[in-house]
Amino acid sequence: MIRLEDIDRRFVIGDNTVHALDQVSLHITAGEYVAIMGPSGSGKSTLLNVIGLLDRPDGGRYLLDGEDTTTMDEVRLAGFRRGNIGFVFQSFHLIPRLSAAANVALPMVLAGIPVEQRRRRTAAALAAVGLTDRADHRPEQLSGGQRQRVAVARATIMGPAVLLADEPTGNLDTASGMEVMALLETLNDGGLTLILVTHDASLGRRARRLVKLLDGRVASDNRLAAGA
Amino acid sequence: MTTTDQIRLAWQALTGHRLRTGLMLLAMAIGVAAVVFLTALGEGARRFVVGEFTALGTHLVIVLPGRNETTGGHPPLLGETPRDLTLEDALVLERHPAIRRVAPLNVGSAPASHGRREREVTVIGTTAEFLAIRRLGLTQGRNLPAAAREAHPVALIGEGIRQELFAAGERALGGWLRLGDRRFRVIGVLRSEGYSIGLDIEELVLIPVASAQMLFDTSSLLRILVEARSREDVEGASRAVRRIIRERHEGEDDITVITQDAVVSTFDGILTVLTYMVGGVAAISLVVAGILVMNVMLVAVSQRTAEIGLLKALGASPTQIQRLFLTEAVLLSVMGAAIGLVVGYGAVVVLRTLYPVLAASPPPWALAAATIVALATGIGFGVLPARKAARLDPVQALARH
Repeated sequence: MIRLEDIDRRFVIGDNTVHALDQVSLHITAGEYVAIMGPSGSGKSTLLNVIGLLDRPDGGRYLLDGEDTTTMDEVRLAGFRRGNIGFVFQSFHLIPRLSAAANVALPMVLAGIPVEQRRRRTAAALAAVGLTDRADHRPEQLSGGQRQRVAVARATIMGPAVLLADEPTGNLDTASGMEVMALLETLNDGGLTLILVTHDASLGRRARRLVKLLDGRVASDNRLAAGA
Repeated sequence: MTTTDQIRLAWQALTGHRLRTGLMLLAMAIGVAAVVFLTALGEGARRFVVGEFTALGTHLVIVLPGRNETTGGHPPLLGETPRDLTLEDALVLERHPAIRRVAPLNVGSAPASHGRREREVTVIGTTAEFLAIRRLGLTQGRNLPAAAREAHPVALIGEGIRQELFAAGERALGGWLRLGDRRFRVIGVLRSEGYSIGLDIEELVLIPVASAQMLFDTSSLLRILVEARSREDVEGASRAVRRIIRERHEGEDDITVITQDAVVSTFDGILTVLTYMVGGVAAISLVVAGILVMNVMLVAVSQRTAEIGLLKALGASPTQIQRLFLTEAVLLSVMGAAIGLVVGYGAVVVLRTLYPVLAASPPPWALAAATIVALATGIGFGVLPARKAARLDPVQALARH
C-alpha cells in the first residue's frame, strides 16, 4: 500500500547539504502498525512528512495505493492527502477559535461535504473518542488528552487508509498518553494503517513493526511479537 | 469547500481576532466616511451657490449698457457709453415671444425720511415685473403699478426700512416716505428673504422706474433684467435682445448681455471639480486603509502559519487557502465600507441639522466610488497576503508551532 523506493530528501543548510533521507526504501501494507524510531535528526519526521505527502522527495519513487505520487501536482496531492491520510501531531494543532466539533468537521468542510452529513459524521466521530459532551467546547477548555482525542477524531473523519502520528503522546501525561495510544490501537485493530513516530522506546515496542532510522537511512526493520 | 463554509471560516477568523479586525474596520470606515462626508460637503456647497443664483432666476438675461470690447475684465457696470439704455428699449424687448418678463432697473442712493427719522437707503427704480423676476414677495400691500411709463409716487419698502423709519405699532402701509425732495406713499412691504446675492432685500426701497429717473434726474437705465420663457429660450432671448437693441441704436452693438445660466454653470463647474477633488483626497485615505488591511493580513498570515500548515495537512489546496484569506479581506472591506457609509451619512445628517442652508448630501457617484474603492483596495491588497499563505510550505509551517 505504501511503497517507498530509494527516497532521497536533502536540505541545504548554509554550505552543507544534509541528507535527511538517503535511499530509503520501505514497504508498508494495509493494516500495519509501524513505529519509526531514531535519534533527533535521523530523518524520522521527514519520512513521516514524505509519507503524508506534505513533503516531496528529491529522488526516488513513492507509490501510494499503486499511484505514483511524485508526479502529482499540488492540487491532486491536497485531494489525496484529504482522502487517504490522517495526521495526529504532538502539539494537537487544533484551531483555537473553533469548537471541538468544528475542528473535527474541518476536513469535511474542505472536501465540500454537505452540512447534514457533516453533522452526523462529526457526532459519530466525537462519540467514538468519548467526547460527545465536549462537542461545543473550544480547545482551551479541554485537557491535553481530550484535545488529542479531538485531533484523532479529526484525523479519521474522512476515513483515511493511513494514520500518521508524530509523537502523539509527547505533550501528554502518562495516563492520557496511554488513553490516546489505546484509541489509536483500537483504530488499527479496525484495519487502519498506523504509523507512529516516537522517541519513546516503550511506545515503540507496542507496535508490531519497528523501523529504526539513523542518519537518514533505515538501520533496522523488525517485526515484533504482537502486544510485546 | 462551499461558499457558505468559506465565508463562515473567514468570519470565525475575523471574530477570533477582535482587536485586529476592529482596527481594520475602523481604518476602512474612516476612509469611506471621509469620502461620503467630504463629497457631501462639496455637493452641499455647490447646491448652495447654484441655488443662490437660481433664486435670481435661471432664465435670466442681464442687459448692461456699454460693450465689453476686450475679453476678460468686468462688464462696464457704471461705464460711460455712447448710447444709454432707455426705458423704451426695455419696453420694446417685452414684445419678443422668447421673453416673458422685462424689468428695467435704475439704482441710486437717496436720503429717506419719515417724520423725524431719516437714513440713507438704496433705491431701485423698476416695474411690477421686478418682483416676479427676482422671486420676491410682499408681506403687506400690493405691487408697483403696471404702467411703467408713469411716475407714480408710490414705494415698496424692505422690512428693515419699515422697522427703522416707522415707529413700533405704526402702520407703514399708506404712510408717506420722503426720498430726496419727493414724497412717496408706501403701498407694500417686501418679504424678507435673507440675503440674496448682491442685494439685501430688507434694506431696499422700490419705486416705479419713471419716478426713479425723475428722482435721480436721468433718462437712462443701469440695466435691464430679462426673463426668458424657458431655459431653452435663454439663448434665443439674448440673441433677440442684441438684435433689437442694435436696431434701435442705429446698428451700434453697444450693450453687454450676460446670461444667468452662464454664470451658474461656471460656478457649477468649479464646485463640481472641487467636489471631485475633496473626494479624491478622501479616496487616498481609503487606499491607505487598503494598505493597512494588507499589512495586518500579512501579520495574520505569519501569526497563523501553523493553522495554514494544518489546513494543508488536512487536505486544503493552495487555491482554497488563498480563497479563505481573500474572503477575510473581502469581508473586512465590505463591513468597513458599510460602517463607513453609515457613519458618513450620520455625519451628513448632523451637518444638515446644524447647517440646513447647506443641504449637504453625498452625490450618488461618491457613494458608488467610495464603496468600489474600498472593495477594490481591500481585495487588491488582500491578494498578496493570501498568495503568501497559499504558498507556505506545510512542513515548515507545522514545525514552527
